[in-house]
Amino acid sequence: MPHGLAFDIAHLLAGGLVLMSFLLLYQVRLYAMLNIFALHALVLALSVAWQALVQGAPHLYITALIALVFKAITIPVALHRIIQRLGIHREIETVVGIGPTMLVGMGLVALAMVVMLPVTANADALAREDLAFALSVVLLGLLVMVTRRNAVSQVVGFMSLENGLVLAATGAKGMPLVVEISVAFSILIAFIVIGIFLFRIRERFDTVDLQALDRFRGERR
Amino acid sequence: MAVLLSLVVQAGQMALVLLLAPLLTGLVRRVKARLLRRRGPPLLQPYRDLWRLLCKEVVLAENASWLFRATPYLIFAATWVAAALVPTFGRGLMFSWSADLIAIIALLASARFFLALAGMDIGTSFGGIGASREVMIASFAEPAMLLIMFSLALIAGSTQLSTVATYMASAEVGLRVSLGLALVGLAIVALAENGRIPVDNPATHLELTMVHEAMVLEYSGRHLALIEFTSALKLLLYVSLIACVFLPWDLAPPGAGPAAWAIGILAYLLKLGACACLLALFETAIAKMRVFRVPEFLGAALMLGLLGTLLLFVSRSL
Repeated sequence: MPHGLAFDIAHLLAGGLVLMSFLLLYQVRLYAMLNIFALHALVLALSVAWQALVQGAPHLYITALIALVFKAITIPVALHRIIQRLGIHREIETVVGIGPTMLVGMGLVALAMVVMLPVTANADALAREDLAFALSVVLLGLLVMVTRRNAVSQVVGFMSLENGLVLAATGAKGMPLVVEISVAFSILIAFIVIGIFLFRIRERFDTVDLQALDRFRGERR
Repeated sequence: MAVLLSLVVQAGQMALVLLLAPLLTGLVRRVKARLLRRRGPPLLQPYRDLWRLLCKEVVLAENASWLFRATPYLIFAATWVAAALVPTFGRGLMFSWSADLIAIIALLASARFFLALAGMDIGTSFGGIGASREVMIASFAEPAMLLIMFSLALIAGSTQLSTVATYMASAEVGLRVSLGLALVGLAIVALAENGRIPVDNPATHLELTMVHEAMVLEYSGRHLALIEFTSALKLLLYVSLIACVFLPWDLAPPGAGPAAWAIGILAYLLKLGACACLLALFETAIAKMRVFRVPEFLGAALMLGLLGTLLLFVSRSL
């Protein structure tokens, strides 16, 4: 193999991020899911830090720090509190079983590879591989949001999707720091808004199962 | 002369796996017992059990067919041959060129096929339950195993275990996420195939949960001895497989002298001991799963294998 250690470690970390996304899909308990999400963000921070080292771009360290502080520590702790206050630490009901979900996830990863690798034929190996993995993380995050009915796990899916975006942004060189910081903060704002919504939903419907909303809108199956 | 020597070495390997298999089972039991603060049976207890069973007379059901009587010998032979193909202390032994990983999987699969048939032969309900569960587990474990083998073969460029071990021991391997995924997947498959704790409990005869034990409930005497020996041999085979792919150090190269073989055997014993301790630790730490959760557990192994293969395709096409 012609690639050096730098590529191997980047590959390892980005592949680890995809693996964490699969673990998110696999987990059926809320607390375990939050722990995996914290791990997801930690792997992202490591990956971004490694990119900073390899690319010689010091502003990426700040991105890594943001990922570490906000996503690996603050948001999981806050979600833990929310779950405790809502009193919903039981199992997540998945819409489809875990087996089919996993298969769909594999299909999505394959799709991301098939789409991304030919498109980025001219870029260097590191960026190509990062973009392919980032797209799979984004798609897997979407899959988490689709397959889960519980609002809290949908938030986790949304956040993991955003992690994929950050991975893509660090892979493609030249994303300005201002954009990254504003993305990070908008995510935080979104998180707060979703948190408030969670409590509103809970107040009105006595559940955070989003199918209650479907029924309320008259879309009952 | 060289042919004769390599034949002798190969025979040594076959004798070695046969000798060590009950010891490995005994070691796992012993470490598990110590972890639970029991004294546990002595290390040589499995040998004594086998000897006792061999001396006892065989009690056959009236409607047992020839298949029921032939199966213990069949599965023992198939598993023994498969175990002889995995490099334990040296690479490039005589038989290792005649069959690759896929042949090893096929040998184990045919052994399982005959055991499942024999489980149904008498027509008791336990045999049927055991056979159906065993086949269900196998139908999930085998695709996962094959996928893991494919990702290993993609990395090493061969399905020959000797070549794979040589490649893994060289510096070309580098740091690969696929290898880690393959290791975890292979460990899951090995746990399921050997009926270890999260999937099946080898020490219980509780009717609701047993898989392997339910299938062989009708066997006695020397037949049972052979079946128990086979399961010990299978455990040894999987441990050797993991050791030779993921801990390939100190394997004697082809055509080495007795000194290299001695080092290889010593290293092999150390690897076996370490794996046995890890297995016992894992088994004490985890609870047995319900049967209906097993497909998810093995699905994870399948997913790891598939993911590893996909990641390899990415890094190859760059």
